[in-house]
Parts: sequence; structure tokens; C-alpha cells
Amino acid sequence: MINININGKEHAVDVDPDMPLLWVLRDTLGMMGTKFGCGIAQCGACTVQLDGVAARACATPVSAVAGLKITTIEGLSTDGSHPVQKAWIAHQVPQCGYCQSGMMMAVDALLKSSPNPTDAEIDAAITNICRCGTYARVRQAIHTAAKT
Amino acid sequence: MNNLPNLDPNHTSGLDRRSFLVSSAAAGGGFMLGFHIPAGQAATATDAEVNAWIVINADDSVLIRVAHSEMGQGSMTALAMLVAEELDCDWSKVRTEFVDPRLNITRNKVYGGMATVGSRAVRTSHEYLRKAGASARQMLVSAAAQRWNVPAGECQAAASVITHAASNRKLGYGAVAQAAAKLSPPKDVALKDPSSWKIAGKSTMRLDIAEKVMGKPIYAIDVALPDMLHAAIAQSPVFGGKLKSYDEAAIKNRKGVHSVVPLANAVAVVGESYWHAQRALKAMPIAWDDGANGKVTSTEIAAFLTGGLNDSGDVPVARNDGDVKAALAGAAKVIEAEYRVPFLSHAAMEPMNCTVRFTEGGLEVWAPTQNAEAILSAAARASGIEPTKIVVHLTYSGGGFGRRGGAAPGDYVDQAVLIAKAVGRPVKMVWSREEDIQHDFYRPISSIKFAAGLDAEGNPVAWNTRVAGQSILSTANPAGIKNNMDAGFLICFTDNPYDVKNIKVDYAMRNTHVPVGYWRSVNHSQNGYFRECFFDEIARAAGQDPYEYRRKLLKNAPKQLAVLDAVAKKARWGEPLPPGHFHGIAQVDGYGSYVAAVAEISMNADGSPRVHRVTTAVDCGYVVNPDSVETQLQGAVVWALSAALYGEITIKNGRVEQGNFDNYRMLLMAQMPEVDVVQIPSGGFWGGIGEPGAPPVGPAVANAMLAATGIPVRSLPIIKRSTTSV
Repeated sequence: MINININGKEHAVDVDPDMPLLWVLRDTLGMMGTKFGCGIAQCGACTVQLDGVAARACATPVSAVAGLKITTIEGLSTDGSHPVQKAWIAHQVPQCGYCQSGMMMAVDALLKSSPNPTDAEIDAAITNICRCGTYARVRQAIHTAAKT
Repeated sequence: MNNLPNLDPNHTSGLDRRSFLVSSAAAGGGFMLGFHIPAGQAATATDAEVNAWIVINADDSVLIRVAHSEMGQGSMTALAMLVAEELDCDWSKVRTEFVDPRLNITRNKVYGGMATVGSRAVRTSHEYLRKAGASARQMLVSAAAQRWNVPAGECQAAASVITHAASNRKLGYGAVAQAAAKLSPPKDVALKDPSSWKIAGKSTMRLDIAEKVMGKPIYAIDVALPDMLHAAIAQSPVFGGKLKSYDEAAIKNRKGVHSVVPLANAVAVVGESYWHAQRALKAMPIAWDDGANGKVTSTEIAAFLTGGLNDSGDVPVARNDGDVKAALAGAAKVIEAEYRVPFLSHAAMEPMNCTVRFTEGGLEVWAPTQNAEAILSAAARASGIEPTKIVVHLTYSGGGFGRRGGAAPGDYVDQAVLIAKAVGRPVKMVWSREEDIQHDFYRPISSIKFAAGLDAEGNPVAWNTRVAGQSILSTANPAGIKNNMDAGFLICFTDNPYDVKNIKVDYAMRNTHVPVGYWRSVNHSQNGYFRECFFDEIARAAGQDPYEYRRKLLKNAPKQLAVLDAVAKKARWGEPLPPGHFHGIAQVDGYGSYVAAVAEISMNADGSPRVHRVTTAVDCGYVVNPDSVETQLQGAVVWALSAALYGEITIKNGRVEQGNFDNYRMLLMAQMPEVDVVQIPSGGFWGGIGEPGAPPVGPAVANAMLAATGIPVRSLPIIKRSTTSV
């Protein structure tokens, strides 16, 4: 058994220690907000926060997150009231939406460490891939969320 | 949105019920409205199906059925807006539901074609959708008039309320929907002039976005069923190869492994989680029979295409205006160039996946798709179960870009059906990113040889175009190839809008073993680049400004000219730029729309460009949701830049060399230019919007590089020209 804390709730999971957090979330716990995109920590669709810092869950063994506070997209808010979610709606950011859970988790982590990021800071911190090409609105929405 | 994966095995959706009701009385549906279900047969007393598209509830809420896939392009909202516009309903009370493809069978194709390809969702269905809305409105008004015993002509409908002004009476749509549903649909209905639209034509919040910011389980890959197993798959790395052998014993006893399922050209490991299955699959020794193509390389394919460029034999001619040979011979100056583009992968963010559950006598399928009917067909073919017993659960698709609807939309469905059948339990099969990139239906490889002749004044008198490349029909529909011609492959040349008297276009088809397909902006993607870059070479040889030269040669193409002028004005073409910055311009029409782009770049020391700003102008005729049009044009810039700057699929030993985003690179935030979108909708026609934004962007960047360096960019990707990263 490995004890992990997700969105403030304790879970005891009976899984291999090297099972990536992504698959524990999706296949063991049925939390589908965190997405699989590449499996090699490139695309960021699986981005979650560990103690508030963005991490790619597909390359993070579950054994490494015991004792950390894990936050997933479901932990931002369940009603869309989080400032990042509100900015995402206001700017109509998502297209297909598949990458956006990870994108928003990366953005929220950035705003925690840098509440009013410059464009250069955004470029350095947000390395998530979006194939629909929402980047222009992601940037606008980050600046909006930073003001709220 | 009522499209969450159905997680309850005992759940029967409203559509299932309606489908049953309708199929029992299916005989006489007309195309437009089909037949409506008599209210007495409806399952509840509160929801009334006024016609096939529209269900109105007693609380005035409106359910609008959407027959096209939503993969990010926004058509789900746009299509509902068109219905709602003519229905004159309260937009805040609208929700949508995807059409069950079985309904389209049992209702005699009332929903038209469901394939969501070719930027067609709005432009092919706007008329019957608006008529469905208008017809329903008329039925609702008639029902209210009958209740009040007044002429229908004295009643007005607006925002879901019918008013009889003379007697100052009002009724909500919900109050008369049941009665309206019993009326015969009007034979013909007048549609509003778009200038009077209240809902359509206004920027409108998309109906899918709220769910998409909350991590809801809205994609096929999110389905979780009781007793479900997970499958990972390895397919023959060489296209056309077969499975020879595999060592099941090597992994059979691993924790979390359930079974191994061999297929003709693939093998799947089934396990308790995707990770268990995928890890065991990677560890399992597999031998493949590569077949005849196990040694093919990109170099060989390039030489094969070069052979096509130089083929002096009899190749089919698609356009032959005047006498190109004589005009070239008599030209004061002749410009020649060869251009090349590589194969490209779609790499939609949601990998191919499919979940299958066999039920008593039937089957349920969940899969991301651009063509629900093709999914139904694939599931029927693979299972041997008749289509009316197969439920295709429609979900949002995590991108599509042509991969899930075009050349062979059922490949991943076939596999999942066979795997689920073999294991006797529900199975979710997910492709790894490597399987996705290495088993795509690629944007075809193509090359081109141009010759253009100028007269003494620098006017073009001849333009010869030889295309050599792989026909999409070679994969999608080989029987459709007649006389070695695939006319779609020559788009942008056969309809070249520039005023040149002598034009010849011919095609040396060169098909490889690599499967090809429809890739967002399809043949416009390579031909737009070829044509617009060579155009700048011609302008340069003529000593003329590429914008002004285009203007002169587009004098008979006013719509192309209008977007060209609009983009030049917005980008301030010809005005001073910051030191070291250069502009490039291009225009490509396609999918019924007209788009032009200006790119502003500077050159990095290593010879790569830094793209600072892209300005695009679009005329798509009528605009349904302007904000959605803007997002499509913004997204198309990213799509086009990823391809032009970085995109390349290469072949070695018959297989794709790239496998994931570490070696199939995508544009990121750090490379994202500023984007300006100018919309100049001229009305009078319905153009597509998902694809036409992309084709002019790559050539605008390449033309800016030509302006900066004097060296034309004759092959893609651009990054290959530089030594370090862009």
C-alpha cells in the first residue's frame, strides 16, 4: 500500500511502486482529468502539481509522491470558479481541450511562484504542447488570471 | 452537453429509446425533417421532439442534435446557433446532443452526412439546419395560434416566446411543444436574411468549454466500465508487414498481465491497467515479417519522386491553357525551381483509442472520431454484428485534423473489437504516442518542378507545373484513381488564380508503401507553399514587390485580392520594420474561403527564422461565430508553423523514424508569434474555416526568409537549413 494525498484527500493504493502517477490516477482511481499524451514527459498533458510545483505525472513513479500534496485539474475547483478556469472561459481558450488540464495545472503552478509573470517567464515555464494551437489565448488568459 | 460516456451499464439513453421508437415506424421519413415522433409515443410527458433536430421541454429548454463531430473546431456550437437562429429560441436555454449514427440509418439519413472533414460542417449543413429551425418555429407558432384560435400570421415568435399582440397573450415554447410536435411540418419555409440574425453572426461562448476547463471525463479515452481491461498494442513497424511470432511466455506471468491477443499485423497485451499492458508489451519479444518494403528509405523515396519530376513519358495533364512550351521558348527570361515537402503526421493530442463492450446480441463502442458512421461500419465489419445493434457513444475528440475521419477511420476500432472479442470482457485499447506517429495516414510527400517565363516588361507569360507525389487516393480509395490522375492532388494549380495566359499542370503520380491521408488543409498545405513561394521567385526575377505583383495578377480574382489587400493593410506592408525584420506575404483560397497571410521575421545567426508576428485576413462569406473563426485562424497559424519549421516524417528500413514529441517537434509557447486575425466576411457564400487558415502561413514565412536572405526556401522543414534550434 502506498498512501498518497490527492486534492486534499488521502488514498491508499495497492500498486507497483514504479507505476507512474498518471496511471494510478486514471486507471486505479478513475480520475480522468489528467491526460495521457506522450508517456515521456514531453507534451505536458499529464501535468499535475506536487506541493504546488508542476510535474509530469507520466514520468513520476507513484512511490515518489508519497507525502506530497498532489493537485490535479479536479482539485482546481469543481465548479469552474478557480481564477485560471475563469480566465480560460473568459478567453474561450480550449479548442479540443485535451491538453488543457495539463496546461492549466502548469499555469496555476507558474502563478503560484510568479503571480504576475512576464511573457519571457511564461515562455520558459509553459512548455505544454497544444496541437489545436491555443497558445495566443493561453498567454492572454494567463495575464488575465494574474490580475485576479 | 449530454454526451458524457455512459458509465452505467443499465443506463438507456434517450437516444436509444427514440431510436427504438423511430425504427419501429421508420418507413416514410423525408430528407429534411424526417418524421417526428408522435407525442403520445414520447417517453415522458415533458419532452417533445418537434423534429429530428429539436426537442423542446416543458421548461422551455431546447435540446439541439448535432450530427457532426466536435474535435475542437467549434462546429458543435456553430451548428446549434444556426438552428437556434431560425427557431427564435432563447440561446441561454439551448443544450446539444450528438446524434447516434444508428438514428441516421433508421431515419433515412435525415441527419445528412456525419463525416466531419474538409471544413464542411457548417458549409454543407447550414441550409437544412436553418430549415429545421424555421420549420419548428412555424409549427410552434401554429400550435399557439390554434390554442388561441387566431390566425398564425397574427403571432410572433422571439426568444422562445410566442406572442399574440392583438390580445396581449403569450406562450412559452415549452407550453406548446407537445401540440407542435403533432402538427405536420410545413412543406417549405422561408429563411431569414443573415443581416437580421440575432444569434448567428455574433461572437458566442462555446457550449463545450465549461466542461473542458474542469477535467470532466468527456473523451473516449476517459471511459471506464465495470470489469474493463486495458490493451496496449504493437503494430508491424513496416507498413504492410505481418506478425510473425511473439513470446507470450516471457511476460505471461507478470503481475497485472491478463492475456496476449495476436492480430494479423499487430499484437496486443491486455492487462489490469494501460501501464501494466504497455510495460509487458515492451518486454515481449516480437518478430515481424516485414514483407517487400523492409529496406525502403527516404532517400530512395526522394529519388523515386525526382524520377517523376523528370519523367518525359506520357503523364496526365490536368490543365493546359494556351501553349506553355512556345511561351517559354519565346520568353525574355525563364525561372526554374524544384520544391519538396516531406510526409507529416497528425499527432492529435488524444492518441488513437477505442473501448468496446459486447452486450447481448450487440456491441457498444467508444472512440474519438470525425466520422461516427464510419466507426459504426468498422465495428460492424470487425464484429459481424449488424449496425442497428451497435451503439457508438459519441464523445468530444481530442483533436482530429483528418486522422480520425479520412483515409481509414476504422483501423483502431477494428483492433479493439477483435481484442475485446478475444478476451470476453470490455476492453479499452490505447495506442502509445509511438504507435500513433508510426502508424498514421500521413500528409503525402510531394515535389514539384516549376518553369515560368517573363516577357521584357516582367509580366509572366507562361507557368509550367510538374507535380510528382503520392496520391491520397492511393490509400483512401485506389479505385478512384483513373488514368493515373488524382485531381485533388493538384489543387492550387488547376485553380491557380493568377492571370497567366499559358499554364500547364501535369502529374507524375508516385505512390509509396507509406499510407497517406487527409491532414488539416490536405493538398492545399503543400501546393499552397509551392505556388506562393515560387510566385515570390517570379516576382523577384521581375524586379517587383511581391504584394504589388500579386495585386496585378489577381485582377480577375476579387475575393483573393480583397483578403490580400486587407492583410497587407493590417500588417502595414511596405512600411519600415524594425532593423533586421522582414515581411513575407502569401494568399491561398480553399474550402470555400479566402485567406492571406503576412509573416514578420528576423533571421537568427544560424540561418533559422524567428517568427515575430503573423497577420491573416479571411473571407469565409457568412460568419456564424466570429470568435470561433478567430480561434481557428489562430490555431491554423500554429499548425502551419509546426509543419513548416519542424515537421518531417522520414522512412528507414520501411518504417517511420520518428516516434514521439522528442523527435517530432511541435511549436511551443516560446516560439509563438503575435497573431492578428482580420475578418472581412463578404457574405453571399458559406466557406469552411477549420482548414483554410493554414496554407498561406508557411509560404509567408518562407517568403520573408527570401526577402531577408535572397535565398528561396525550396524544401521543408525550414529547421533543416539551420544548425541549431529555431
